[in-house]
Amino acid sequence: METIFEKSKKGKRCSSIKPLRVPTHTIKNKYTRGDLNLPEVAEIDLVRHYTALSNRAFGVDTGFYPLGSCTMKYNPKLNDEAANLPGFTQIHPSQEVETVQGCMEAMYMLSEQLMEITGMDGISLQPSSGAHGEYLGLLLIDAYHKSRKQTGRTKILIPDSAHGTNPASAAMAGFEVVVVPSNADKGVDIDALKALVGNDTAALMLTNPTTLGLFEKNIKEIGKIVHDAGGLLYYDGANLNAIMGIARPGDMGFDVIHLNIHKTFSTPHGGGGPGSGPVGVKTALFPFLPNPSIIKTKRSEFEFKFLESSIGKIGAYYGNFGVYIKALAYILTLGGDGLKESSVMAVTNANYLKKGIADLYPTEKGRHCMHEFVVSLEDLKAKTGVSAMDIAKAMIDRGMHPPTMYFPLIVHEALMIEPTETESKDTLDNAIKVLRELYELALSNPQALKNAPATTVISRPDEALAARQPKVRG
Amino acid sequence: MAKLMFTKTHEWILVDGQKGKIGLSDYAQKQLGDLVFIELPALGAKVAAGRAFMNVESVKAVSELNCPATGFVLAVNNDLEAAPEKVNQDPMGAWIVEIEFESLCDCLMSEDDYKKLIG
Repeated sequence: METIFEKSKKGKRCSSIKPLRVPTHTIKNKYTRGDLNLPEVAEIDLVRHYTALSNRAFGVDTGFYPLGSCTMKYNPKLNDEAANLPGFTQIHPSQEVETVQGCMEAMYMLSEQLMEITGMDGISLQPSSGAHGEYLGLLLIDAYHKSRKQTGRTKILIPDSAHGTNPASAAMAGFEVVVVPSNADKGVDIDALKALVGNDTAALMLTNPTTLGLFEKNIKEIGKIVHDAGGLLYYDGANLNAIMGIARPGDMGFDVIHLNIHKTFSTPHGGGGPGSGPVGVKTALFPFLPNPSIIKTKRSEFEFKFLESSIGKIGAYYGNFGVYIKALAYILTLGGDGLKESSVMAVTNANYLKKGIADLYPTEKGRHCMHEFVVSLEDLKAKTGVSAMDIAKAMIDRGMHPPTMYFPLIVHEALMIEPTETESKDTLDNAIKVLRELYELALSNPQALKNAPATTVISRPDEALAARQPKVRG
Repeated sequence: MAKLMFTKTHEWILVDGQKGKIGLSDYAQKQLGDLVFIELPALGAKVAAGRAFMNVESVKAVSELNCPATGFVLAVNNDLEAAPEKVNQDPMGAWIVEIEFESLCDCLMSEDDYKKLIG
């Protein structure tokens, strides 16, 4: 397919205007740039180009999208309707606060709801992604320790099953990363943790449920070990979708959390829209939250509040405002009971799918999973040469988005599957049928899987070549 | 005579006197998949037994290599910068780093024991 630049023909325009009946001015050459090489196309070419591209893209509106740890739940269109209301779109962040009281109230309401759901005392909506939230959370932890003259707390403990963003964010924030091994149950190895904590520990970062979709049962004990050593407990909210209305990170002992509201609270992501990664804190870290925060006055008006002790700003203006409205619409639509039910259904769906394929796709034995599960195709690969990658590619031909692959690294030939609560039993039954058929095909005709996908424009890009010899210009 | 030993984190070291050439085991390269980048350490850099001393990047992940001995970097295999796939093609032939060591890691095992470990 040609790019929009290749389709460009000099002089083509999407629209033309009649000669003006008012005086015109030509912009002086020194103020213009001739080298921008902008595409020149007619409106019909433009529409066809982007329609063709959208037909080739796959989203949750296209089909089943069990991309583990990404929570690709359906995003109700009602959320977009709310976010598109003119009162929320026809505004500017520099407007006087008296003229945007409704928008401020919406942000205030969302903050209150998120604190209630997570059991935290304060929140900043500013970060524009999960990783951005992690980075802010770590800066807050650093500010907290330094305010208490604890300057030697330079290490962040991170389990070996953690998301890659955790060590990356810790390093970005200037910390040293210490990896905590997993025990036989794939939880944090308590003895190893005890040996690693000390007066240089700034915090432990943890996802609960873990990336393996298992609830960390020892969380209270883990929290005590870290707190006794003077460290803080950080919650990566990537997997909050499993526990809304059932358990709260704040009650588990976490001091700082980030949420991925684009995952859990159903706003488009993965190419569909900007992210948002609010950070919640316990009272002790409240003074360091980014400026400004929103407060409600006695007269029920909303104001921005600036604190001297704040670490400053973490993004432009107030973050991705449109995403807040979508998340608020989602929370208000479902209510407390609805949020709890969606977590229950997310866990039920994952267990149903897991059970439907467990005899062929081995997973952690003897335990129910939470909202996602990880299977290992190590045996299948040894037997047939068919890898997790081959199964994932063949799923594309059967109308499904592949699961997350080769993660977490502690499971070999991993597929990480998260169906989410929005999929029906019919969709799950079809996924079970397809995965079972693919397994049988791997045994009978492995080559058929090696050639997948056959239905896409490009079958298998050479990832190794692309990484070794990247061609970044046309 | 040179002696080949392995770590449980899948590095090999071919020891000859006080020098040792270090590479990645066949098992490790298979698990990592196609290597796309090898970040070689600086010449003369101090390395410690059992500690991470360099990274390799594959299409799946970036992984740290742990040093099988304590000493310093004597030479690096510069060919791998342009052609990291050599480690995939011939993991036991494509050495990555050569070190001069004071002491070997206690953790080293024989090839037979390593084969038992990876099953």
